[in-house]
Amino acid sequence: MKAICFNFEIHQPFRLKRYRFFDIGNDHYYYDDFADDDIVTRIAHQSYIPAAETLLRMIEENKGQFKVSFSISGVAIEQLQQYVPEFIDLLKKLAATRCVEFVVQPYAHSLASLTDPDEFRQQMEVASAQIKDLFGLKASVARNTEFIYDDDIAPQLAAMGFKGVLTEGAKHILGWKSPDYIYTAATAPKLRLLLRNAKLSEDIAVRFSDSSWNEFPLTADKYMDWIASTPEEEQIVNLFMNLETFGDHQPAGTGIFQFLEALPRFAAEKGVSFVTPSEAIAKIKPVGELSVVHPISGADEARDTSAWLGNELQDEAFRKLYSVAERVRLCDDRRLKQDWWYLQAADHFYFMSTKSKADGAAHSMFSPYETPFQAFTNYMNVLADFIVRVEEQYPLSIENEELNALLTTIRNQATEIETLNKELGSMRKNIEQYNVEHKLREPEEEAEPKAARKPRAKKAEAKEEKAVEAPKCKPGRKPRAKKTEE
Amino acid sequence: MKALMFGWEFPPHILGGLGTASYGLTRGMWECGDMDITFVIPKPYGDEDRSFAHIIGTSQTPVAWRDVNRDYVESRIGKVMSPELYFRLRDHIYADFNYMRLNDLGCIEFSGRYPDNLLEEINNYSICAGVIARTIDFDIIHSHDWLTYPAGIHAKQVTGKPLVIHVHATDYDRSRGNVNPTVFNIERDGMIHADHIITVSNLTRRTVIEKYGIDPAKVTTVHNAVVPLSQDLLDIKMPKGKEKVVTFLGRITMQKGPEYFVEAAAKVLRNNHNVRFVMAGSGDMMDKMIKLAAERGIADRFHFPGFQKGRQVYEMLAASDVYIMPSVSEPFGISPLEAMQMGVPSIISKQSGCAEILDNVIKTDYWDIDAMADAINAITSYPALYKQLREDGLAEVNQITWDKAGKKVIDIYNKVLGR
Repeated sequence: MKAICFNFEIHQPFRLKRYRFFDIGNDHYYYDDFADDDIVTRIAHQSYIPAAETLLRMIEENKGQFKVSFSISGVAIEQLQQYVPEFIDLLKKLAATRCVEFVVQPYAHSLASLTDPDEFRQQMEVASAQIKDLFGLKASVARNTEFIYDDDIAPQLAAMGFKGVLTEGAKHILGWKSPDYIYTAATAPKLRLLLRNAKLSEDIAVRFSDSSWNEFPLTADKYMDWIASTPEEEQIVNLFMNLETFGDHQPAGTGIFQFLEALPRFAAEKGVSFVTPSEAIAKIKPVGELSVVHPISGADEARDTSAWLGNELQDEAFRKLYSVAERVRLCDDRRLKQDWWYLQAADHFYFMSTKSKADGAAHSMFSPYETPFQAFTNYMNVLADFIVRVEEQYPLSIENEELNALLTTIRNQATEIETLNKELGSMRKNIEQYNVEHKLREPEEEAEPKAARKPRAKKAEAKEEKAVEAPKCKPGRKPRAKKTEE
Repeated sequence: MKALMFGWEFPPHILGGLGTASYGLTRGMWECGDMDITFVIPKPYGDEDRSFAHIIGTSQTPVAWRDVNRDYVESRIGKVMSPELYFRLRDHIYADFNYMRLNDLGCIEFSGRYPDNLLEEINNYSICAGVIARTIDFDIIHSHDWLTYPAGIHAKQVTGKPLVIHVHATDYDRSRGNVNPTVFNIERDGMIHADHIITVSNLTRRTVIEKYGIDPAKVTTVHNAVVPLSQDLLDIKMPKGKEKVVTFLGRITMQKGPEYFVEAAAKVLRNNHNVRFVMAGSGDMMDKMIKLAAERGIADRFHFPGFQKGRQVYEMLAASDVYIMPSVSEPFGISPLEAMQMGVPSIISKQSGCAEILDNVIKTDYWDIDAMADAINAITSYPALYKQLREDGLAEVNQITWDKAGKKVIDIYNKVLGR
C-alpha cells in the first residue's frame, strides 16, 4: 500500500534593520522588529493559521487516518510566540491529536552543518528540547536547514540519536533511482533517508495556480490519480513543502485549501494512506543505500549549497561569522548567544546571492534588500559590531586553547566554591545545632566548636588563593561577574 | 541604408560624453553591416577615425560661391575634406550668404566647442546643413542632441526624408529644473518635427514625454554602451598605497551633484581615516566645492587635481578603489561603465540612466549621503565586496557593446522608413 508523508516547514528569520557603518560599536540591536512583526503576523493570518485549522479539521474528520509532520525552526517559534501566540496554541492542539509529528531542524536555521559540527549538534539539541518543551513530543527524525545533506552530516545525525532524515530527492544524486523509496545513508547504515518527491511537491507548491501549466487546474482527484499510478513497488511519496504554500504562495482564492481538504477522501478511494516520517521509517523497508559526496539541498536549480555559498560575498560573510564560533560558545552572555543564533540564519546568505534568471528572481522575491551588495554590506556591518562584542569578552590575542584552559579553571572554581559554600552552610548548621543541644553544657564543651571551625578557615584560604589567580586572566572576570548577577 | 547624422563632437576632440556616444553608436551601426553613414560635425581636425563613416565639417562647407581652383582647395582643407566634395557642395549653395562673415572659401568659421555665442553657431550649423542635405544622397536624418536639431529639421524640410533625433540629455538634466526657455524651445521643436525620438535611458524618455509633452509612441530608449578599452589602457598599473582612493570624475557642475560627494566624504572620514577622496574635473562649482571641503575640515584628505584628459583619466581610474557618480540627474552617464572596465567598483545615483542597465554596482539616491558613505565604507573595508563588484562588474560591462545599440537604432530606422 502506498503512503503519503507530508512535511510542512515553517521558518522566519530575524530580519536585520538597516545597520550603518557608523552604528558599529554604538548600536547593539540589529533587528527590524517592525518588519518581522508585519511579515509574521501577515503570513500567520493568511496562511499558517488557516492552514493549521484546516489540517486540524482534516485530522479530526478522518479519525486518525490523516497524518502530517511539521518542521519549525527555533527562531520562527520565537517570533510566533511573540507576535501570534494563538498559532502556537493551535500547534499544541495539533500535537495533542497524536497524528502530528515534529521533525527537528537546526534551531537557528543555520548552515552550521557545513562547517561546524559542534554548533550543528548544539542547535539540534536545543531544537529537540524546544519541541519536547512546547509540544511534549520526542522527535526522532531530523531535517537539516533547507534539506542540506551529505555523507559527513549523516553520521553526526545518527550519533545524535536520530533514526531518519528528510532531504531532497536531488536528480543528480538519484540518477535513475526513484525518490519514492526509503534509503539508508552510506556512511551511517542505521540512518534512513526520506527523499522529497520534487515533482509532486512542486505541483502543489509552485505550479498549482499557474494557468500556463498544461495540467492546470489541478484537482485533488487528478493529483491522487498521479500518486496512485506510480509503480506498485514505490511505497512512499514524500511531499515536503513550506506551510506558506497554503494561503501565501498559493493564495486562498486559488482554492488551495479546498484542494488540501479533499485529498484524504480521494486517497481513501485509491487506497493511499498517510504516514508520519517516523512511522514510515518503522513500517517501510529500505531498498538500498545512497551516498552523497557533495552536499545537496532543496534550493535553486542546482539543488546544492550554491544558494547560500559560492560567491565572494557569501563566502566571506560565512567565514567571518564562523571564525568566532568557538569564542561565542565559550561565553555565557545571553544576548550575545541570542545574536549569534539570529545571525546564523541561512536567509542572510541567501539574500547575498548574485544569481540571475529564475533562481535570481526567487532570491530577490524573498530579499528585503534591493541588491545582494546591500545585503552583504548590512550584514557585514552588523557582524563587525558583533565581533567587536565577542572580542570585548575574549580578546582575539589569546589563543582559543589557552582561553579554554583558563575558563575550565574558572568554571571548576565556581563549582568548588559552591561545594565549599555548601559545606560551610552545613557546618554552620551543625554548630548551631550543637550549640542548641549543648546550650546547658556550654562551658564544658567550649573547646569543640573551635576545632570544627578550623578546617573551614583553611578551605576559605584555599579559595582566596585561587581567586587571586583568576583576575590575572582578564577575560575570565566578566563571565563570572555575570554569573553572580544572574 | 544611407544615413545623414548631425553631431557636435567626435573623438578624439571631445568635451563630454556626447562625442563618445556618437562615435560608439556610429561604429556599432557600421558593424551591423549595410550602413553608409555620413557624419556632420562643426569642426573636424583631420585625425578622426574615418574608417566607418564619412565625416563632413560644416567649417569646410561653402555657403557662398568663391572662385577657387582645385590645388588651392587641396592646400587649404585637403587634410579634412576632398576638393571633389568641396566643389560638389559648392554646386548646391541655395541662397546668398555673402552678408555673413565668411572666409576665402566661402565657409563660416566654427569653434566646434560650446562658446558664448552658441546659439549663433547652432544657427550657422543649420545653414550649412542645408547645403549638405542638398548635396549628398541619404535615406534618413539622425540628429544628436539639441545643438543639431535645427539642422535636422532644415534637412528634413529640404529633402522630405524622415528625421530621427537622439536625446543624449535635456535641459532639465543640465539645470535641475530651471530650464532655459530658448534651449527648451529648440529641444521641443526638434521633438515635434522628429519622426522618431531615441532617448539614452528610460529616465530621459519620461522627461521627454512628461516635460515636453511628446507622444510616447514615438519615443524609444536605446541605452548607450562602451567601446572596449585597448590593452594598453587596461595594462596601466598605478602604485597603490595603503590608503583607499575614492574618485569622482566629471564636470563639477550642479547636474553632477558634487556637494553630496563632499558631504558623504566628511561622513566617512569621521570613522574611517584610511580613505582619500579625489574630485577630478572642472566646472562652475569647483571653487564652491573647495570651500565646502575646507569648511568640513577634510581638505587634507579631499583633493582636486583638475581636468583630466585622455590617458590621465585611465591612470586616475587605475589608482582608484571606488568610483562615485552622485549625479542629480544623469541622462545616461557613461563614466561608471569606463570605471568598471578598469575594474573599479562603482557607486552611482539611482537618478542616472545607466542605473537602469547595471547590476553590479551600488546604487543610492543622490541625496542619501548616509547610504553613500555606507557604501564607500563597505567597499573599502570588506575585500570580498570589492572583489565581487570588480570581477562581476567587469564581466557585466564587457557585455554592453555598441553593436547591440546599433542594431536597435537600425530597427528604428526601418520602422520609420516603413521597411
